[in-house]
Formats: sequence, C-alpha cells, structure tokens
Amino acid sequence: MRTVFNKTLLKIAKKDERIFLVLADIGYGEIEPFAKAFPDRYFNVGVAEQNMTDIACGLAMEGNIAVTYSIANFPTLRCLEQIRNDVCYHNVNVKIVIIGGGLAYGALGVSHQSTEDLAIMRALPDMVVVAPADFTEAEAATYAMVKHPGPVYYRCGYKKEPRLHKGKIDFKIGKAIQARAGGDITLIGTGTITYRVYQAAELLVKDGIQARVLSMHTVKPIDKEAILKAADETRGIITVEEHNIIGGLGGAVAEVLAEGGVGVPFKRIGLPDTYVHIVGSHDWLLDRFGFSPESIAQVAKNLLKCRQ
Amino acid sequence: MKIKELQRICLEVRRDIIRMLGEAGSGHPGGSLSAAELVVALYFSVMKHRAKEPDWEDRDRFILSKGHCCPLLYAVLARCGYFPVEKLLTLRKLGSPLQGHPHNLEVPGIEASTGSLGQGLSIANGIALAGRLNKKNYRVYCLLGDGETDEGQVWEAVMTSNHYHLDNLCAIVDRNRLQIDGKTADIMQLEPYPEKWRAFGWYVIEIDGNNLAEVLGAYLQAEKIKGKPTVIIARTIKGKGISFMENEVEWHGQAPKKEEVEKALKELGERI
Ligand SMILES: Cc1ncc(C[n+]2csc(CCOP(=O)(O)OP(=O)(O)O)c2C)c(N)n1
Ligand SMILES: [Mg+2]
Repeated sequence: MRTVFNKTLLKIAKKDERIFLVLADIGYGEIEPFAKAFPDRYFNVGVAEQNMTDIACGLAMEGNIAVTYSIANFPTLRCLEQIRNDVCYHNVNVKIVIIGGGLAYGALGVSHQSTEDLAIMRALPDMVVVAPADFTEAEAATYAMVKHPGPVYYRCGYKKEPRLHKGKIDFKIGKAIQARAGGDITLIGTGTITYRVYQAAELLVKDGIQARVLSMHTVKPIDKEAILKAADETRGIITVEEHNIIGGLGGAVAEVLAEGGVGVPFKRIGLPDTYVHIVGSHDWLLDRFGFSPESIAQVAKNLLKCRQ
Repeated sequence: MKIKELQRICLEVRRDIIRMLGEAGSGHPGGSLSAAELVVALYFSVMKHRAKEPDWEDRDRFILSKGHCCPLLYAVLARCGYFPVEKLLTLRKLGSPLQGHPHNLEVPGIEASTGSLGQGLSIANGIALAGRLNKKNYRVYCLLGDGETDEGQVWEAVMTSNHYHLDNLCAIVDRNRLQIDGKTADIMQLEPYPEKWRAFGWYVIEIDGNNLAEVLGAYLQAEKIKGKPTVIIARTIKGKGISFMENEVEWHGQAPKKEEVEKALKELGERI
C-alpha cells in the first residue's frame, strides 16, 4: 500500500504544483521518484519530525499542500503539539501520512506500533482521519486527501495487503463503503484489518448469517448515516480496528449509537488497553489478539445469540 | 582484558549479528556493526556490571539510544552471560523477548526500552542526576547515532548535561556518516560537529571508533574529566567488517540473505 500511495502522490504532483513532500529520514526505496521529479518540492530534514511538521506548516501557509511522511508514530505522536498548535490551529493544508498503521511493523516492537493514533488524531479539531482498507481505497484516498482543504491524517498500510473491493468504488471522505451486503448483522472495519472482517462475514454464511461489511475508511468525520442505518436494518453492530480499544473507531461508532438513541446490540473488537509487548509477524500478532476471521465471526455469533 | 581478547570478542559479536539478522530475515546490520568496538569495550573492559545480577544497584548504566542497533547489544549481553547465546537466534521471532527494538522488561541487562530516536540522552541525564543525588558512584553511558542527533531533543539534552555538570555521564556518537536515506552530509549537515558539542559545554574526544586501543583510551580519559560531561565522537565505518556492507547506505536496515550470510561469516572468520 505504501507503494500505491507514493505512486499516486507522484501522479497528482505532476499535475498540481502545490504538492510538497517533507520527510524526516524515512523514505528510502520509495520516495526517490518524487525527489527526482520535483527536487524543489522535496525536503528531507533529517531525523527531526517536529521540524518536519512545522516546515510543512510554513509551506502550507504560503498556499501549498505539504505532505509529511514517516513510519508509525514518528510523524504523529512525536510532534503532536506541532500538529495541534500549528497545523490544526492554523487549519492549513498539511497531510500527515504514516506507513505501517496498527501492528504492521510487528517484529519491531512497541515503538513502531501505531495503536493509539486514531483516537489521538480524531481528538484534534479540524483533523480528518482516514485509514484505507486496500490498494483501491488507498489510491482514492490519496486523491481525496489532496482535494480536501485542511489537515488530514492518512493511516497507510505497509506491503501486499489483500484486495477488499472487487470492482470500482465511490470513495468520499466521511462516507463508508459497503463491501458486502447483509441484513443480519453489521461488521464495521477501518483500515487494512477490514479484509479480515470481510473474511469473517464469509465464514458466517455457514451459520446462516448474512453480515453487512462496512469499510469505514474515514474515522473522522464518521458516517453517522451509515451507522444509524445499520442499527435500523440489522440486528447488531460490531466494530473492528487494529487499535487500542479506547477512543478509535469503536469509540466513534459508540458515540453515534448512544446519541442516536438506538439500543442495538454492540461490541467493539480492538487491542486490549495494554502495550503489545510481544513480537511476531503481523499476521501472527493479529491472530493472537483476536483478529482472526474465526474469532471475529465468533464474536458476531455470540452477539446475535445474546439478543435472542 | 587484553586488546587481542577484545578483538576476538568483537569478531564473535559481529558473527552473532550476522547470524541473528540472517535468521530473522530483517533488522539493522550497518549501525550494529559500526558500533561493535564501542559497546564491546564498555561491557568487557570499562563498565562495572554483573551479568548474574542485572539489577545490581551500583552497576554502570548503558543506554542504547539508537535502539535499532539492538542486535549488537543482544549479542554483547549474551556473550557476557546475561542470557544464553542460543537465544540470539530467536531475534524478532514469534514471542521472542529479543524484539526489533530493545525492551527492558523482557531482556535482562537492557536499561531502557528505545526505538524512537532522540530520547536516550535525556533518560541518561535523569539517571545521572539521580545517581549524583543518591551518592552513587555509577557512570552512565549513552550511545547515539549521528543521524539521530538531527533530533532537537538531543540538543535539549546536551544543554541539560552541561547545565548540571554531569561528569558521571559519557555520551558516545557513532559517527558513521550515514542515516537511512543517505549520507548525513546530504540529508542534514552536522558539521562543524565537535565544535557544536564544545559550544554546548561538553568535553569532546574524537577517535577512530573501530580501533579498540583508541576506544579504551577515550573511555579512560572520559572518566578523568571532572565538572562537565564528555562526548566521544567515534568515527566509524557503517557495516564495518563485511566488505559488501561497509559504507553502503542500503545496509542500514536490511538483513543479509543466505548466501550473503555465508559470505559475511567467511570474511569474519578469515580475520581471526
Ligand atoms: C523518532 C524516530 N524517527 C525515525 C526513526 C526511524 N529511523 C530508524 S534508524 C534511522 C536512522 C538513524 O541514523 P543514525 O542515527 O545515524 O543510525 P546508524 O547510522 O548508527 O544506524 C531512522 C530515521 C526512528 N527510529 N525514530
Ligand atoms: Mg549513522
């Protein structure tokens, strides 16, 4: 997905000369084509994320669209106050892109896991939070991000994520995409984990359950309409996110449901509120933390059962 | 310990690093290899520490601020007896305590969990301040990468160590002149580098960091400097010891493949 993002950004930059790329010593093997094509619109400021963010802020203040880019928490948490006071408070056109959302850098340990980012970025006024599920969404999200005036946080995957959407998609910031139709229960995912959510829905068919799958690629602004519609049309809602159980997608959906006054059975699936201080491959960690399609399907069955 | 013996350990440790990364299929060889002499000299000659009592109160402390070079630290700790050498081959494997960045609660002998660059020297300052207040004689060593010192926090810490006259603290910069995206000189100019540290009030020792005699000499000298912190700016070769890795930017963060492991081990073997 990282490659899809970089290729798309390059394509856009060829047509839009407001696009700048500001790096902090993380780009090797991916950003060279951009650096080569637009040496004047590319800055690598060294391992200095706070500096990177505010240089982007300054560039954006002069009418440009500045993209900051690094892995996991380095372009977000490391420079959070620069994002809050400078990027968001000025409401400037800075796009913050992380590579390896969630546990994608599985073996690298906690410093390289981005598992509180959705909650933290979501809490910043004017920040739009997107997490594409597959390559198709990643490409569309890049266009949408550039088009959107103001700060955007873009949680990118890493490599070789499976395809969720078979055909064309209609990607709009703030509008969930239905990846699978179903009337029994709704499974909502965000980011690359959504593929596993889809697999869980396929497993549920054996039990006679038709699950609707929503790719909630925009966590903020959240698609209230799709959530309330699901609450109305299906018998339960489950959110799945590769993120701390607190404050991310599940939190956002819960807020909508509670204030919408709908009493639909609801369950959040996410990481427990601890550090994932064991290492392993991305897939191994996901299985271990309850994100296997089987465990997601089981949660769905339990939720429907307790309803009856 | 004799220099010959330390040289032998450096070779051993370099082989460990290659084997570990080969087995793991990912990791950071360049900066692990460049700093081998710097860390081996500390653990096998300079620092007071007890492998069987990792929490011994009076131990000297070592903070690996450039956490991505933990394969080196793991190998040194194993060779010191903190844990079995066989465990090294579990680097980055499912459930292994030897994570891609060091975790102090999982591995005996790791002082601080690091991985996000630029934070170690501040932690070292805190430990050094506490040591002084508690009337402890331990010394604190902190290894940084040269690219890492792009981070503003490093210079906040550099000011702090000077402000509090932390002569129980010794920083070591692995000046291998490379970072992820290229040469430090191309990405973010650091020079005039020793002058910067001096201007911030530090005592500066410049050495060839792959030369054990110079490394040992620098640590000895640092201990004698009173009233201010000391930094050892160690000129090294990234990927040191493996011909095809030396000074090559692409060996910052990729593991050798099977044939490359064999070739590297052969090169290291032949130099005994
Ligand atoms: C805050 C932060 N930003 C970015 C990274 C990613 N990163 C890992 S190593 C590295 C380059 C470090 O270069 P240097 O300090 O010179 O290390 P060495 O050459 O000794 O390997 C970067 C940018 C990180 N670990 N932490
Ligand atoms: Mg370096």
